[in-house]
Amino acid sequence: MTDVAAPAKNTRGRSLTGLAMLRLRRNKAAMASLVIFTIMVVTCVAGPWVMPHRYDQAFQSYVQTPPSLSPYPRESTLRDVMATALDRAHVSVQTFNAAGSTFTATLTSDRPIDPRVTRYVDRANEFGSTQVTATGADAHTITVAGRIKREYFLMGTDANGRDLFSRIMLGGQVSLLVGLLASLVSLFIGVIYGATSGFIGGRVDNVMMRLVEILYSLPFMFLVIMLVVFFGRNFVLIFVAIGAIEWLDMARIVRGQTLSLKRREFVHAAQAMGLSDGAVIRRHIIPNTIGQVVIFITIRVPRVILLESFLSFLGLGVQEPLTSWGVLIAEGTNFMEAAPWMLIFPALFFVVTLLSLNFIGDGLRDALDPRDR
Amino acid sequence: MFRFILIRLASAIPTLFAVITVSFFLIRFAPGGPFNMERPLPPQIMENINRVYHLDDPLWRQYLTYIQNIVRGDFGPSYVYRDFSIAQLMMQSLPYSLELGSWALLIAVVGGVGLGVVAALHQNSVIDVVVMGFGNIGITIPNFVVGPILALVFSVFLRWLPGGGWGDGSPRFLLLPIIALALPELAVFARLTRGSMLEALHADHIRTVRAYGLPPHVVVVVHAMRAAMLPVVTYLAPATAQLLTGSAVVESIFGIPGVGRYFVQGALNRDYTLVMATVVLVSLFIIVFNLIVDLVYALLDPRVRYD
Repeated sequence: MTDVAAPAKNTRGRSLTGLAMLRLRRNKAAMASLVIFTIMVVTCVAGPWVMPHRYDQAFQSYVQTPPSLSPYPRESTLRDVMATALDRAHVSVQTFNAAGSTFTATLTSDRPIDPRVTRYVDRANEFGSTQVTATGADAHTITVAGRIKREYFLMGTDANGRDLFSRIMLGGQVSLLVGLLASLVSLFIGVIYGATSGFIGGRVDNVMMRLVEILYSLPFMFLVIMLVVFFGRNFVLIFVAIGAIEWLDMARIVRGQTLSLKRREFVHAAQAMGLSDGAVIRRHIIPNTIGQVVIFITIRVPRVILLESFLSFLGLGVQEPLTSWGVLIAEGTNFMEAAPWMLIFPALFFVVTLLSLNFIGDGLRDALDPRDR
Repeated sequence: MFRFILIRLASAIPTLFAVITVSFFLIRFAPGGPFNMERPLPPQIMENINRVYHLDDPLWRQYLTYIQNIVRGDFGPSYVYRDFSIAQLMMQSLPYSLELGSWALLIAVVGGVGLGVVAALHQNSVIDVVVMGFGNIGITIPNFVVGPILALVFSVFLRWLPGGGWGDGSPRFLLLPIIALALPELAVFARLTRGSMLEALHADHIRTVRAYGLPPHVVVVVHAMRAAMLPVVTYLAPATAQLLTGSAVVESIFGIPGVGRYFVQGALNRDYTLVMATVVLVSLFIIVFNLIVDLVYALLDPRVRYD
């Protein structure tokens, strides 16, 4: 979002961009936000490659586990876990020893124990590759040994026993992607609509802008929900719906720019050379509005992320097993009393990202604002 | 003055009409209908239901009927909340939203303007930085985060306040939802006030008034604030309309039986009449408060006259 390609054709444009970059670099809040935001993006995009857990991997043994820096399972609970796992096979645990990442246990039963009983043990999330090491005389007692699977849940798990950190990363990817794509959609519609309306002017302009006004005065919520209803709860279409709402402001800004641009000499020159209206809009009007548009977009992206999260919060957005920060916050709200971390961590990520995006946007606007030069 | 009000109200009618028309056809063209169940009803029954509600008429006739009914003030029955007319549903739920919204508005305006003025008077001081930081946070963090966090801290961790419900309508129950509603708007008001107040304090006429030797509080309150309030008053119209017509998010978080939830439920259930009523309600509020704001302009700005 930050690097705006300078209009390389004229040297003056480049120096203006250079000036803007200088001003941006001097803005401490914006630079700090840029760093934080980069860390956020890298965490969300690259994090899942590092994380040991997938976002949709459910651990039945670890439902709503509190966040912790030390690995699960706790050693004191292991004996009970094994007893529960073997209960169904009518086998009881006589002795249990956990040493580091391995365990040995002696199992007894009043019937001969089938060695396949180890599968019951492996089925628990806590144990793995369990093997029979010794069998008693009549097979009523066996000794088994295996590995203790250690799992880290830095931010705890959700109500389905899924790692919250992995889900926050996925949610971040979805939220950021939607923010970016929806902004681009709104940019696309808004720029074309505004430039056309402003350039043609007259009655066409009147009608086109009246339509924008009517869409403006429709209750915002209604418009959003209607679009979601039309497009269905499809991941790809959500950002189309959001972009289709957010273009109204963009159209107004571009129209205003176009109105002042179309009286400029180079536009008249282009028309005198015989360029069609479409070509003039495409080649001369739109490239000259880009500066304003980019400033506007940086302010818009956090708003779009907010809107997506808001939709997801109402259950209209991204559907399971995919997730977004809005969905995570909504889930956290439901389990607030039993598992407050489910609310705190997603909200934290969300707030930090939005705040840093806001500061970046403000900084860019200040840096690019022609009035302040 | 009276003429101006009449002209403004008359000019709002086409807008309202267009809004009603667009939303009527939008919701009708949306797939699904109010009587689409998970298990489809037998066709004969569907036919009967459609006949009772005139849903089998051609769409333009339904539209004309609806417009006629609205002009007579009849918003029809709800399709999903059986046995309730839209008027009844609104009468039941609107008072809750209005009460919450008025308190939130009061807090947002008084608090926001107060903070903004203080920040502007102490520009670049610690107070200013704190207020602006708060303003940034308030604008960025939506109420679907503020609401749950407030509930988590004050009712789950500290156990000071109930986590939801209207209860007996006492302040204990209302405090959290009001704060959740007010905070974002308060931040906006604070930022707006600070900006325009700074501009006003540097204006020529304020320097003149100061040179006359008027006491500082008179300069600030009577002269600077009067000029600085214009953008604040402009924002007041949409903010009021939004706060008074309820928030789907805050009402669902705190379990308030207000109007807000009907926005979402109505559209999702394709409860045509309910959706239309919420649309008309919001549009009416916006139009009326815009008018009031225009009138307040005349009080604040001597250059504006409506005669």
